[in-house]
Amino acid sequence: MNVNQHTPMASPYGQPQPGYSQPGYAPLDGGYPAPYAPYNGPASAYQPGAPPQGYSPFTSFPSKAVTANPVSDLSSPLDLGPARGPPASGPPPVSAPQPYNQYSHSQGDMQNGPPTMTQAPPRPAASQPYNPGAMNLSGPHPSYPQHYGPPSTIQQVTNQMTGMQIASGPPTPAGPGYAPPHSSQPPVSTAYSAAPPPSYTQAIPPVSSAPTQPPPPSGPATSQQYYGGPPPSSQQPFNSSLPPTSQQQFTSSAPPPPSSQQTFPPTSYSGPVPPPSQAPAPPVSQSQQSFPPTQPPFSSAPPPVSQPAFLSGPPPPVQGSFPPRAPPPSSQPGSFPPPGPPPTSTSSQYPGPMPPQQQPPLSQPSPYHSGPPPPRAQMPPTSMPQSNHLPPGPQGPPGPPGPLQQPPPQPGMQGGYPPQQNGAFGQVRGPQPGYAGPYPGQPNYGAPAPAPAPAPPAQKRLDPDAIPSPIQVIEDDKAKSTEPFTTGVRGQAPPLVTTNFQVKDQGNASPRFIRCTAYNMPCTADMAKQSQVPLAAVIKPLATLPPDETPPYVVDHGEGGPIRCNRCKAYMCPYMQFIEGGRRFQCGFCSCVTEVPPHYFQHLDHTGKRVDCYDRPELSLGSYEFLATVDYCKNNKLPQPPAFVFLIDVSYNAVKSGMVSIVCQELKTLLDYLPRENPEMDSVVRVGFVTYNKVLHFYNVKSSLAQPQMLVVSDVSDMFVPLLDGFLVNVNESRLVIESLLDQIPEMFADTRETETVFGPVIQAGLEALKAADCAGKLFVFHTSLPIAEAPGKLKNREDKKLIGTDKEKSLFQPQVGFYNNLAKECVAQGCCVDLFLFPNQYVDVATLGVVPVSTGGSVYKYTYFQAQSDQERFLNDLRRDIQKPVGFDAVMRVRTSTGIRATDFYGSFFMSNTTDVELAGLDCDKAITVEFKHDDKLSEETGALMQCAMLYTSCSGQRRLRIHNMAVNCCSQLADLYRNCETDTIINFFSKYAFRGILNNPTKAVRDTLVNQCAQILACYRKNCASPSSAGQLILPECMKLLPVYLNCVLKSDVLLPGADVSLDDRAYLRQLISCMDVAETHVFFYPRLLPLMKLESGSLPVAVRDSEERLSKGGVYLLETGLHLFLWVGASAQQELLLNIFGTQSFSQIDPSMTSLPVLDNPFSQRLREIIDSFRAQRSRYMKLMVVKQEDRAELIFRHFLVEDKSASGGASYVDFLCHMHKEIRQLLS
Amino acid sequence: MATFPEYIAQNEERDGVRFSWNVWPSSRLEATRMVVPVAALFTPLKERPDLPPIQYEPVLCSRATCRAVLNPLCQVDYRAKLWACNFCYQRNQFPPSYAGISEVNQPAELLPQFSTIEYVVQRGPQMPLVFLYVVDTCMEDEDLQALKESLQMSLSLLPPTALVGLITFGRMVQVHELGCEGISKSYVFRGTKDLNAKQLQEMLGLTKPSATQGRGPQTAQQPLSNRFLQPVQKIDMNLTDLLGELQRDPWPVTQGKRPLRSLGVAMSIAVGLLECTFPNTGARIMTFIGGPATQGPGMVVGDELKTPIRSWHDIEKDNAKFMKKATKHYESLANRASTNGHIIDIYACALDQTGLLEMKCCANYTGGYMVMADSFNTSLFKQTFQRVFTKDVQGSFKMAFAATLEVKTSREIKVSGAIGPCVSLNAKGPCVSENEIGTGGTCQWKICGLDPSTTLALYFEVVNQHNAPIPQGGRGAIQFVTQYQHSSGQRRIRVTTTARNWADAQTQIQSIAASFDQEAAAILMARLAVYRAETEEGPDVLRWLDRQLIRLFMFHLRRSPFLQVFNNSPDESSYYRHQFNRQDLTQALIMIQPVLYAYSFNGPPEPVLLDSSSILPDRILLMDTFFQILIYHGETVAQWRKAGYQDMPEYENFKHLLQAPVDDAQELLHTRFPMPRYIDTEHGGSQARFLLSKVNPSQTHNNMYAWGQESGAPILTDDVSLQVFMDHLKKLAVSSAA
Repeated sequence: MNVNQHTPMASPYGQPQPGYSQPGYAPLDGGYPAPYAPYNGPASAYQPGAPPQGYSPFTSFPSKAVTANPVSDLSSPLDLGPARGPPASGPPPVSAPQPYNQYSHSQGDMQNGPPTMTQAPPRPAASQPYNPGAMNLSGPHPSYPQHYGPPSTIQQVTNQMTGMQIASGPPTPAGPGYAPPHSSQPPVSTAYSAAPPPSYTQAIPPVSSAPTQPPPPSGPATSQQYYGGPPPSSQQPFNSSLPPTSQQQFTSSAPPPPSSQQTFPPTSYSGPVPPPSQAPAPPVSQSQQSFPPTQPPFSSAPPPVSQPAFLSGPPPPVQGSFPPRAPPPSSQPGSFPPPGPPPTSTSSQYPGPMPPQQQPPLSQPSPYHSGPPPPRAQMPPTSMPQSNHLPPGPQGPPGPPGPLQQPPPQPGMQGGYPPQQNGAFGQVRGPQPGYAGPYPGQPNYGAPAPAPAPAPPAQKRLDPDAIPSPIQVIEDDKAKSTEPFTTGVRGQAPPLVTTNFQVKDQGNASPRFIRCTAYNMPCTADMAKQSQVPLAAVIKPLATLPPDETPPYVVDHGEGGPIRCNRCKAYMCPYMQFIEGGRRFQCGFCSCVTEVPPHYFQHLDHTGKRVDCYDRPELSLGSYEFLATVDYCKNNKLPQPPAFVFLIDVSYNAVKSGMVSIVCQELKTLLDYLPRENPEMDSVVRVGFVTYNKVLHFYNVKSSLAQPQMLVVSDVSDMFVPLLDGFLVNVNESRLVIESLLDQIPEMFADTRETETVFGPVIQAGLEALKAADCAGKLFVFHTSLPIAEAPGKLKNREDKKLIGTDKEKSLFQPQVGFYNNLAKECVAQGCCVDLFLFPNQYVDVATLGVVPVSTGGSVYKYTYFQAQSDQERFLNDLRRDIQKPVGFDAVMRVRTSTGIRATDFYGSFFMSNTTDVELAGLDCDKAITVEFKHDDKLSEETGALMQCAMLYTSCSGQRRLRIHNMAVNCCSQLADLYRNCETDTIINFFSKYAFRGILNNPTKAVRDTLVNQCAQILACYRKNCASPSSAGQLILPECMKLLPVYLNCVLKSDVLLPGADVSLDDRAYLRQLISCMDVAETHVFFYPRLLPLMKLESGSLPVAVRDSEERLSKGGVYLLETGLHLFLWVGASAQQELLLNIFGTQSFSQIDPSMTSLPVLDNPFSQRLREIIDSFRAQRSRYMKLMVVKQEDRAELIFRHFLVEDKSASGGASYVDFLCHMHKEIRQLLS
Repeated sequence: MATFPEYIAQNEERDGVRFSWNVWPSSRLEATRMVVPVAALFTPLKERPDLPPIQYEPVLCSRATCRAVLNPLCQVDYRAKLWACNFCYQRNQFPPSYAGISEVNQPAELLPQFSTIEYVVQRGPQMPLVFLYVVDTCMEDEDLQALKESLQMSLSLLPPTALVGLITFGRMVQVHELGCEGISKSYVFRGTKDLNAKQLQEMLGLTKPSATQGRGPQTAQQPLSNRFLQPVQKIDMNLTDLLGELQRDPWPVTQGKRPLRSLGVAMSIAVGLLECTFPNTGARIMTFIGGPATQGPGMVVGDELKTPIRSWHDIEKDNAKFMKKATKHYESLANRASTNGHIIDIYACALDQTGLLEMKCCANYTGGYMVMADSFNTSLFKQTFQRVFTKDVQGSFKMAFAATLEVKTSREIKVSGAIGPCVSLNAKGPCVSENEIGTGGTCQWKICGLDPSTTLALYFEVVNQHNAPIPQGGRGAIQFVTQYQHSSGQRRIRVTTTARNWADAQTQIQSIAASFDQEAAAILMARLAVYRAETEEGPDVLRWLDRQLIRLFMFHLRRSPFLQVFNNSPDESSYYRHQFNRQDLTQALIMIQPVLYAYSFNGPPEPVLLDSSSILPDRILLMDTFFQILIYHGETVAQWRKAGYQDMPEYENFKHLLQAPVDDAQELLHTRFPMPRYIDTEHGGSQARFLLSKVNPSQTHNNMYAWGQESGAPILTDDVSLQVFMDHLKKLAVSSAA
């Protein structure tokens, strides 16, 4: 179902998918084997303990059973319920199968009604044999509870798995799959074409279901309890028990024979879950896993057939891998054996998925065609496509799934499986690297891969490869975006931020300036509320454009100033409709009709367009600037050129760390690069200097002086500027004096013993200086310590780790005194922007010190434990960039919108004194503002929703200007349209800012819950209203939001929302403020770092990134990880010598110096290219990233691992898989 | 025995003391009937080149409440090595060092000619002199340039070990750190916020010395300099450059506004700086101001030019809104400075008023100079300032620091108070009268700044009861003990012991009358009148004065700027009164009754009556009013001069005639401090008004024809002439109703 829907939704994707699937398959076959092996390992573990107990675990089983049922789709949610119930009944192991069936039935009834029924019968039959498998399944269950909590991954996985399975397996396939099974192939294909994407979503759903299992949340609680008891020890039991269930399920499914088989594919999803436990599935990549489960059933019933198919197609590899596994589960084998065939089935699954998409896989097709395959195939296909989505589900379970999955394969392998499982897990992981290899297919997965992925997940827990892969999505988008993006089409979503593309302004602002969360806005508030999709735009008014794009034209409308609508004051733009022969124009925002001033009159052509339309930027472009008249200036006076004031801490710490001398030294050259508009001219920006510790020292550097004069102001309680003339000077005129001063400052304070500093007065001083000079400007404050000296704005150390996690935690993010808020207000009024460079050795209360920078549009830079030698480069590059970058001052930004919506909330570094005007003392090219819109009326589909962002500012040459960005998006009355045209990256940008502001006033946990809830609601709404009916157990994600869970999880586990023990309060406050003004590209890479394998480098293109998970790292490889703030070079312990030689100039791993901050310059193409890449990364980001070399197994690896965001984090953050399961559970709860 | 005038002159010459009565009525009742109290003008540091300081310390009476110094009036028992205190009659043992004493071997302090004697205290460290310049930068460039040059010049006049500091102010106040290499540093303070010494100390980073100061003995080890006050020899060049680079206050002054001048805070910081670095050490805060304080504490006028600075009229109407507050501010500064023994000098050079009225106490309480001129670019200022650093024959400055004056009296007489540049030390004692005149209630006063002409008026009360006759030949004694810091850094003690005969007013009224010192009495009464004028309403003082004994001086006193505020700004009044209160008798007399000399072909220069009748066409007049030296050429002489006769060889005598008064004027100019305004004018000249306002208007437009005289010049005034005044006075004197 979902699949179908999805496919339709993502029609575009659908197409690509096929292609993907094909390639994917091939690789899969090859690669999977290895994966399986690893999985088996875990699986085996599960089995051992679990089997017996497993039954009692039944409760869990039920869930699994459910999952099995889920296979039928709907069952999953229900399953959980029953499952729990069952647990009590636990005993039933033997009966379990039956119960399962029953459960499944009941559940199935609940869920799928018919499908289960059909399935049920079969299952029972097979169930018994499968029991062992069931055991495994149970394993997973226990894991669930754990997952939520801190459970071991395995447990979690299992939990997830179970959930996943439940959802995924049964759902999609069950419904449609079953019905058409035989003919299924056709259907599948149809389905695919129609819904390849959906399939993904579907697939996902299961995954999600698995996550949901993460029980933590609602259901979780109970489930957890249940699980809780058993988890640890029970896990194994569970596993064992689970397996049974799974087996049962399988069996049951299997029994159903053909139809069941068909279901299997679906079951595969569901199955996957069980399979994981079984292990078999896992080994093979996901696809295999999925197969296994299916296979099992098949095995019982049609297995043979499937096997054959496999054999024909992928069998060899699969078998190869499987065999080993199979052997272990000797006990299981019996039952499994049939499954054994499954492997083939797995292949069949692949095929299945494949088929649907592309039957292409040679081997696969055959399987499908062969007996049962078809149906399965269909099922799988759906799953496959879904896989993208599904993956999550499967992944969730991964841990446990592993075992489960393995079992399935085992079944296939029979004897082989058990052992595999046991060893498999271990092996599997080992093999993983291998996976990578095989994975190459993965990329393919990206689109189509999903399908394959899904399958595997089912078998293991959730196979990470089966859940939506950010990398895949990114790569797909890259592949898709070959043409320049033209902005003329209303409501067209731009390429992702990770894609390089050219923009042609044809009437809407470039996505570099504005990105929206939704390009189809709901027409009504009800819709918006129902969907819960945030309506927001991330605006970066002064964004830097690439050299091949034209910067906004400057338009001068003469003395009268820009032409504006009389009523809403919107500025002339392409949305203004000229009427009455061009004598008037009607405002596109408020519909008010305004006279065209005579000097602006122009005739209209036959289409009603002004004939000069294309001569005037304001009539044809999305972004342009107006020259502002004196009416737009403060005090009706044209502004003075801005000034830069450098305020340098010269207390003991600052001097000792070398900061003072570095700054002074650097400023001497840096002053030649002050921002200017015309590169030919000297900058008109004036500069001034202040040093301070407990008192402030101003410097008179007037050009006529022979030597600088220092003016000490020690009355810090009532700050003032002691001099007027000679403080702010032109660099060229006063060069000698300035240089003399900068030479002397470090000497003068070389032996200072003053350790106390002030801070409030420092900003006041800069502010007063600008006031006295009557200009706007920027303060560069270089500060080291908590300002404890007696002065306004004095702070005390309030870092208290005990508050973390309590309701009082929020207070730590709030400024500890109100002084800085007031100061910020004054700064904004004067147009005084503050950039703060911190060099703390201990707590400095960034939350408070950052108030002024954040409110004035400034930046905070933090160099903890600054050491001249190692941090100088980063600091200086930041400083250089910060000083040189284009910046506007004394800005006011206003966003006007069509009647019907309204900008209601703003996020970023600025100040607001009313509800509509964003006041920015300064705004540079890297700062973005996120604006949230709310309905206050209806929008019409016809006119769409218009927004105009107008920013009045003073340029660095002192010119007053208005920068206008226009943006039009579509409006829709169908939720499906809304979900078709969203941008997840932007949504995440919004969510992160929303959450990071939220923690100021709410407990962190509440904020996290809110996020999860809203996300669940978004997805549930989609599921409910847009996805085709299917089992509730299925996780179905909208194509354009399929990464929402993974990204959201990254937000949730960020240091701000979920701090590890070693994360200081300052760091959190710092990140919090930092993110508040990030644009989409920055938040994207910040939350989901870019991880590049460096084994092969080609000039001209970057290697394809891999997902942020440790599993993706090969011991023999070298990887580069970039977050926008950090840059890591991870070196595998057994990296090839040649690689090391090329990069480090040494052959030995042990000789690599982990303290290096830059790579040696070696004369080989590899080294050159690598350094090129690093440089290009640094150039892309607004802050310089210091390179950290991390050797595998080194202590520093802990830091590095923190950025492998798909894995569980040390601070307790869920892995992607776990979270997906959790999310699924949430969704199911919302739906039920 | 010499005549009284001789006796008086001799006493003044030797002791610097002039009593209103030189024979004292022996009972309280009689004394009060005398109207003019027994009082003395005392010049503590009267120049005595013939008096070598004694290199040991004085011997004190052992009675704790007495502590009088051994003096020639004491009875000495050479055998028993005992001496009897002539104030309390305590018998004291001579200290061991006097073991060799005998009738023929007397220490100096027992010799009658050493009624005034100076001791050098050997204990304690030699304190450096401290000079802190407080410089206004809100003035025209020319003025500022002149001032900078004067200041730079002054550095060469200071002893090399003297510590100097520099504070400049305009809108802000800058305390300059001296002796910085490569970069000049200064601490800047807002001109609107007053700071106490402790805050200042912290802000200037001067806390360390105080930390080590701890206890008494440690105090002596205070560092002798800090970053802001350094020895001239060390930072001579640096400071010269610094002064050279001084710029006019850079803050913009918009049309119609006065520059913002933070004088009040600048002085406060100066006082605070010295307070926390050199308490109880002689120091001069030399304030150079080019206009009134216009902001912050101590402001005397707003910065709007349209609102003029307060006039007497405003003050009478209670319309001077800043005056009280400002006065209070400066008073508190003056008190702080005087407590620490620091002098505040004010050099105010501006065409308009600068707020001397409010600031007067700074100079008055601390013995500082107050100099008023039109511009820093005038010889009046330049030479006056240079003369501050005049040295005596020994090469020391003619200035002394941080002095205390103690008065000890015989039992029959007590001290009521003092009027002069001093503050009370609130030392109660047996010789303090309950009856206060001037600054009373104490027998000790602090005089932070002294020069050889500084003169205090001390008022006494005879307390002997009528029924307790004093034995024949009894004498009343008064001892003045002045401890001060000599400009060489030494602590010195000058002791003057003087005695006068008692006389029974009923039997010896003639001798008492004969002993009356008219001049001294006039000045003493004038001081009292001025003191009252300062503290009470003007007309009342005149009425009081009129009720008192009146002579010629009183006529002029009534018309003088000391009591009349008409035609004088409040600042001028304050200035004149300040000078009057500190100058010695001769100078004070000149102030009250200017001296007029006539030069003509008729004979040698002769003093003439200060009367309009003295203004004759063929005379050249030289008038010395203390504040002005005026040369007035009579109508004919002026015409001759215009015709250029003096340049003709045959009229060389005329040239000499013209030159004579100029030479005499130069002589006066050279010796006087502050430098008087020198005016050269002629009949009908606008500056002649200075002369016409002073002379007795015996001829006015009202009576000029009645006398039919050919001589003299009519004065256009409604003031009564001396003749009328005297007539009226005679009438009053004989009427019992007076």
